[in-house]
Amino acid sequence: MARPSARPPGAGRPEREYEKVAAPKKGRSASAQSRPGRALALILIALVALTGGMFLSGHTTPRLGIDLAGGTSITLTAVSEPGQANAINKTNMDTAVEIMERRVNGLGVSEAEVQTQGRENIIVNIPKGTNSAQAREQVGTTAKLYFRPVVATEVSGTDATASPSASPSAGSSGSASPSASPSADESAADEEKASSSSSGSATPSASATSQGRAITDGLKADATPSGSASASTEASPSASASTSADTGSDAATADLQAAYTKLDCTKADQRSEAGKGVKPEDSTLACGQNAQGQWQKYILGPAEVDGTDVDKAQAVFDTQSAAGWKVTMDFTSGGAKKFADITGKLAQNQSPQNQFAIVLDGDVVSDPYVNQSITGGNAEISGSFTQEEAQGLSNMLSYGALPLTFKESSVTTVTAALGGEQLHAGLIAGAIGLALVVIYLLVYYRGLSLIAIASLLVSAALTYTIMSLLGPAIGFALNLPAVCGAIVAIGITADSFIVYFERVRDEIREGRSLRPAVERAWPRARRTILVSDFVSFLAAAVLFIVTVGKVQGFAFTLGLTTLLDVVVVFLFTKPLLTLLARTKFFGGGHKWSGLDPKRLGARPPLRRTRRPAVPVDPKEA
Amino acid sequence: MSKLGTLGARLHRGEVGYDFVGKRFIWYGVSVLITVLAIVGLAVRGLNMGIEFQGGAVFTTPETKISASQAETYAEDAAGHDAIVQELGSGGLRIQVSGVDTAKSDQIKEQLAQDLKVDAEKINADLVGPSWGDQIANKAWQGLGIFLVLVVIYLAIAFEWRMALAAFVALIHDITITVGIYALVGFEVTPGTVIGLLTILGYSLYDTVVVFDSLKEQTKDLTKQTRWTYSEIANRSINGTLVRSINTTVVALLPVAGLLFIGGGVLGAGMLNDISLSLFVGLAAGAYSSIFIATPLVADLKEREPKMKALKKRVLAKRAQSAGQDQDGTDPAEAGDEPYGDEPEDATPAVVGPRHQPASRTRGRGRPSGKRR
Repeated sequence: MARPSARPPGAGRPEREYEKVAAPKKGRSASAQSRPGRALALILIALVALTGGMFLSGHTTPRLGIDLAGGTSITLTAVSEPGQANAINKTNMDTAVEIMERRVNGLGVSEAEVQTQGRENIIVNIPKGTNSAQAREQVGTTAKLYFRPVVATEVSGTDATASPSASPSAGSSGSASPSASPSADESAADEEKASSSSSGSATPSASATSQGRAITDGLKADATPSGSASASTEASPSASASTSADTGSDAATADLQAAYTKLDCTKADQRSEAGKGVKPEDSTLACGQNAQGQWQKYILGPAEVDGTDVDKAQAVFDTQSAAGWKVTMDFTSGGAKKFADITGKLAQNQSPQNQFAIVLDGDVVSDPYVNQSITGGNAEISGSFTQEEAQGLSNMLSYGALPLTFKESSVTTVTAALGGEQLHAGLIAGAIGLALVVIYLLVYYRGLSLIAIASLLVSAALTYTIMSLLGPAIGFALNLPAVCGAIVAIGITADSFIVYFERVRDEIREGRSLRPAVERAWPRARRTILVSDFVSFLAAAVLFIVTVGKVQGFAFTLGLTTLLDVVVVFLFTKPLLTLLARTKFFGGGHKWSGLDPKRLGARPPLRRTRRPAVPVDPKEA
Repeated sequence: MSKLGTLGARLHRGEVGYDFVGKRFIWYGVSVLITVLAIVGLAVRGLNMGIEFQGGAVFTTPETKISASQAETYAEDAAGHDAIVQELGSGGLRIQVSGVDTAKSDQIKEQLAQDLKVDAEKINADLVGPSWGDQIANKAWQGLGIFLVLVVIYLAIAFEWRMALAAFVALIHDITITVGIYALVGFEVTPGTVIGLLTILGYSLYDTVVVFDSLKEQTKDLTKQTRWTYSEIANRSINGTLVRSINTTVVALLPVAGLLFIGGGVLGAGMLNDISLSLFVGLAAGAYSSIFIATPLVADLKEREPKMKALKKRVLAKRAQSAGQDQDGTDPAEAGDEPYGDEPEDATPAVVGPRHQPASRTRGRGRPSGKRR
């Protein structure tokens, strides 16, 4: 088509106006221009520091999600009980997570992780190599919390019995340590006691005999053995077994005794077997850890109060009596009555039968003793708790009262083989994508693409190190969608360079030499990059906050890489280009530099040349 | 490459270009047609929702010798529900059973392991309760809604409400097209698809924002001159950022293509494939809409503004004047300018509404020259 050789008068005006507008911005960018080395040094230091941190922390690879490493991932959705619409809240969910973590890791799974997701979901990730069926059973059932009277207890395990002080022998003192701690004396008595909140008495009432107490028959039968055990410095089981035979107790109790003798709570498999499938109304065996971290075994009577009777429990710091952390419990009206009954009975017993055990999922989490009937619907458990212990116990107590049930929303089992395959495929896809982008950039931008590629590499290195460090820091796990996000981000990152390079080229086309072009293009490109990255980040942030499941992993990576993109463009690409613009290869517009004014079709500025303007590529005109 | 580079230069100077704004009604028409098709497809065929949304189980087996149809019989026997079996690239099978709950699917897995003679431990299982899919979908919609509101507010502040509106329309357009294609082709919708779809949001806007940014910059002092109307400047903006738009789209599509190739070719089916498929469709639609829909729409809206109407009037008046001078033969070069000669006389008075201007006018007009500096 014919085009006029002379241009319409004044056609260049908007550009000129526009330059005026852009001029003030140039001043701002001047500082960046003068010190490109500083920005480069900064990002290199950051990179070295991150890499160093990565090696120091020993997490040199990102933690892999279940879908890449293999394992089972269970999503549980909370369902509130009828009439308890507000039950799904952060406190309750956190409590539930804590309990589930306990249960799953109680199976001997060390790496299982339990976390909330969204408002009403709990994700349980169990790595490969564990019995996922058992784990599912554990997390799938509702936790059971019971208060059971203690019939007999002793430290379990071989070294415990060897130690003379380990047996619950301190019957004479009447203040046998509830946890049968080696030092069964007054101080032990202070360790854990349940008392009505008004009572500060440390003297146990051991007045009434244990016989004739109407708790249960099973208890009655066992009451004597414990007494004889206390007389004996031997471990109690043998003694109790003999006395239970004397009293002619039924076979079930004898079985229980026999099992109790054999039970070794230091062994995880025995622990999980103990008390398995026992109905609340039956006596049972149980294990628990005492304040010294020793395993302790118990014979427990039927459950008297259950978890749903607890209205609320919380850890409080006792400022008045300087007793430290304690746990207060409020009972429901029904629970208060039951609790008053049981404590009334227990208070008249001798140790250890004046203790009750708080049993969660078959484990004794606490075994305070009682010295009087606790009425009024609230009680406190005091002892030398640390804050953590007190809160842990109160959480467990609360859990029984949680008006939540959980149902399995999804269960994903990935074999290690498939996980590896998916990881492999993701990496290959990433490599292919990266290679294609690099080739395209090379062809299109030539020398300039080296800057883009270097920037991509810096960006990739930052992403990798940060992901590796985020694994231990916030539990970030790289899953397949996250890998996808990272691959998609290659495009977003590369685009920032494209925006900038195109701006630089535009400036060159308008007749500037490279160095001013690089600086003049920057404020404009910077704004575009920020605006568009902001939109991208906004999308990622909204997705991360609102969505659940796999979408979240994707959104996280996308948001992270978008942020890193801004960092890299500001601190690496721009300074690098400024530096390289000073070189002859780029600054001189070498034809392989990607910035050759001729190839870009730039018109030489008039002020520089007196010769007529070179027509642009006449072939195409 | 050098030709592409030169093309970039000429696009930059406005020597060549496509009249996106002038021909907008053609593209509006195309888009309306595609959108209607998409909606009809959606209404008639509906979406093929994956197991993740209906509840059910997906089992992936290692390599077996059992054929897909045989496995289907086994799976249906075991589950009592319909099963869909696909063969994977690895030689394994992907068995989908819908409408079973998580407890039941365990039994199915055991049964399948027996029937297919593979170790139950080696079967990958994805068991989804029916409400989980709803939850994912609801959250995704919720996220979509929140994002749209936020982004419209942001664009309205960063640019202006017309651009926000245009970007919004373009976004809806992209999503409708992508969803429509899913309905028409019958691709399965999985959480991966949803992820892809949601990513398109960001990406489509990202592209649009870059064009808008250039448009905003170029129209800053628009009313102080009488050479161009808003539409013409808008058209220049699109053409000026065209190279970038193409590069961006190519660079974005290349990794996605890599994903699609690996996801579809090597893994057979799964997350990678689902994400990349919807991304691929959506990215293409996004690039199209930011060029053909969003910016012309802004121009359309802007031209309705009284200020811009007045500008247009002035521009046209001036043009008519200079065209008159040209015809007097004062400037032979100008006279030889074909687009100039085409200037329709009846266009000179205040023209309200869309003007069908010849595309080539802008080219002649937009040329800068060495005299500028």
